[in-house]
Amino acid sequence: MQTIKEIQEEIIDEFSMFEDWEERYQYMIDLGKDLPLIDEQYKTEDHIIKGCQSKVWVHAELQDDKIAFTADSDAIITKGIIAILIRVFSNQQPSEIIEANTDFIDEIGLKEHLSPTRANGLVSMIKQLKMYAIAYQTQLK
Amino acid sequence: MLNADHIRKDFPILSRQVNGKPLVYFDNAATSQTPQQVIDVIVDYYSNYNANIHRGVHTLSQEATDKYEAARNTIQKHFNAKHNYEIILTAGTTESINLVAQGFTSLLKEGDEIIVSALEHHSNIVPWQMLCERTGAVLKVIPMNLEGELIMEAYNALLSDRTKLVFVNHISNALGTINPIEYIIEKAHAVGAAVLIDGAQSCPHIKPDVQALDVDFYVASAHKMCGPTGVGLLYGKEEWLNKLPPYQGGGEMIDQVSFEKTTYAGLPHKFEAGTPNICGGIAFGAAVDYMNAIGFEAIATYENELLAYGTQRLLEIEGLKIYGTSANKTSVISFNLEGIHPYDVGTLLDKMGIAVRTGHHCTQPIMDFFKIPGTVRASFSFYNTKAEIDALVEGVKKAKMMLS
Repeated sequence: MQTIKEIQEEIIDEFSMFEDWEERYQYMIDLGKDLPLIDEQYKTEDHIIKGCQSKVWVHAELQDDKIAFTADSDAIITKGIIAILIRVFSNQQPSEIIEANTDFIDEIGLKEHLSPTRANGLVSMIKQLKMYAIAYQTQLK
Repeated sequence: MLNADHIRKDFPILSRQVNGKPLVYFDNAATSQTPQQVIDVIVDYYSNYNANIHRGVHTLSQEATDKYEAARNTIQKHFNAKHNYEIILTAGTTESINLVAQGFTSLLKEGDEIIVSALEHHSNIVPWQMLCERTGAVLKVIPMNLEGELIMEAYNALLSDRTKLVFVNHISNALGTINPIEYIIEKAHAVGAAVLIDGAQSCPHIKPDVQALDVDFYVASAHKMCGPTGVGLLYGKEEWLNKLPPYQGGGEMIDQVSFEKTTYAGLPHKFEAGTPNICGGIAFGAAVDYMNAIGFEAIATYENELLAYGTQRLLEIEGLKIYGTSANKTSVISFNLEGIHPYDVGTLLDKMGIAVRTGHHCTQPIMDFFKIPGTVRASFSFYNTKAEIDALVEGVKKAKMMLS
């Protein structure tokens, strides 16, 4: 099982092959298309992340001692960003998720999406994933 | 004939690059850019005569007061208000609207009605909802058709002797529709209702004559007409401004103060509590002068040309749909690509140096009407060019290719 850090390194490697923004965004768009979709029953108001110009739904489930995330969005670039986050955080233990830093986003050239005022709410997404982790960690104890 | 290539030299920001590409600024309906002539006035104020106004005996205070009041006169002339004290300088359109909505609290009773339009910005809906909550008045809405035009038959049906206030924007920020405000004002007056027109989106394009319109209140923001943010105006007919109580308590708005009784200052100071945005007000006047020097007829002619060209070019793109198709609209094009979220289009356009607005434009009811999450909105100003529209069209095509 890869650690969060290892997955982040892998993503940085992948993105380092791209020469310009077009390749980078095309890759994110393709990732968005492959995002493991959330079950329709979870696409409810309760699962919407606030602070996004596009709609984002996230669902988390505890499988043994690890959290599995699924998500969806009505915007494809946002889906690509979520796909990256889910790849990093899904199937990890809550404590690992809580402690993980997200500097890799800067390194793959998506820093602009990290601004707290950015309408896509990448920051809110990360916060929400970590909130799930905190909630499940309490359950596990 | 307006020469945009020449005019662009007045705007330092237009020569900058964004993401390595020359900036194409098409978010003018959100805020316009500032010409050097206005920037110079701001610099001059802070460099040479920054002082508080209306109270100092010293030279700087007198100079600042003179310039501030001269700006008020410039704005008065521009809007053709009868008196300069009918021009209240505020923090902007939103504050102006709230000032009127707050003032009407004491003038309304339960069962009275306020009419607004389906084309309104959130900031034009909420203050009236709050006013209704305070007074028990009822909010009525003029519906629109599929072209994004208000339905006047429905408006007429809403009017009655219960109608106390009608509130409509002159031009819709989301769709660009120019509303028939002359007709709306006339019909409202026939039942004895007051009319407030939001000119935030119209003032960058046309020069309203408040006396000819016979409008009771007219509001606008400087930052959409080449001026700075944080300053705007409330025009009100003298009789109406006298009926409204003061909005905020503070310096400037008082005549005599004791702990037993305070008497209020006359117009316009009654509504200008505290130290105002002095520099902003003076720069607002300079922005009005700047736009008048170019000329509003020339501006309208040129922007209509841009609108026609942009509409034609964008419609060449298969699967592109324009929202707001009234024959009577300003240079705003709100659109979507079939099956593609506006946010995705806007994000990719930004990477190409093209600034557009995406989202619901603070007009969720309009988006609900069209059953869409939002649109991409390109809004043109007199300093934009056809070459920039070509860049937008190429950008949209590229975004479509990447996203499909």
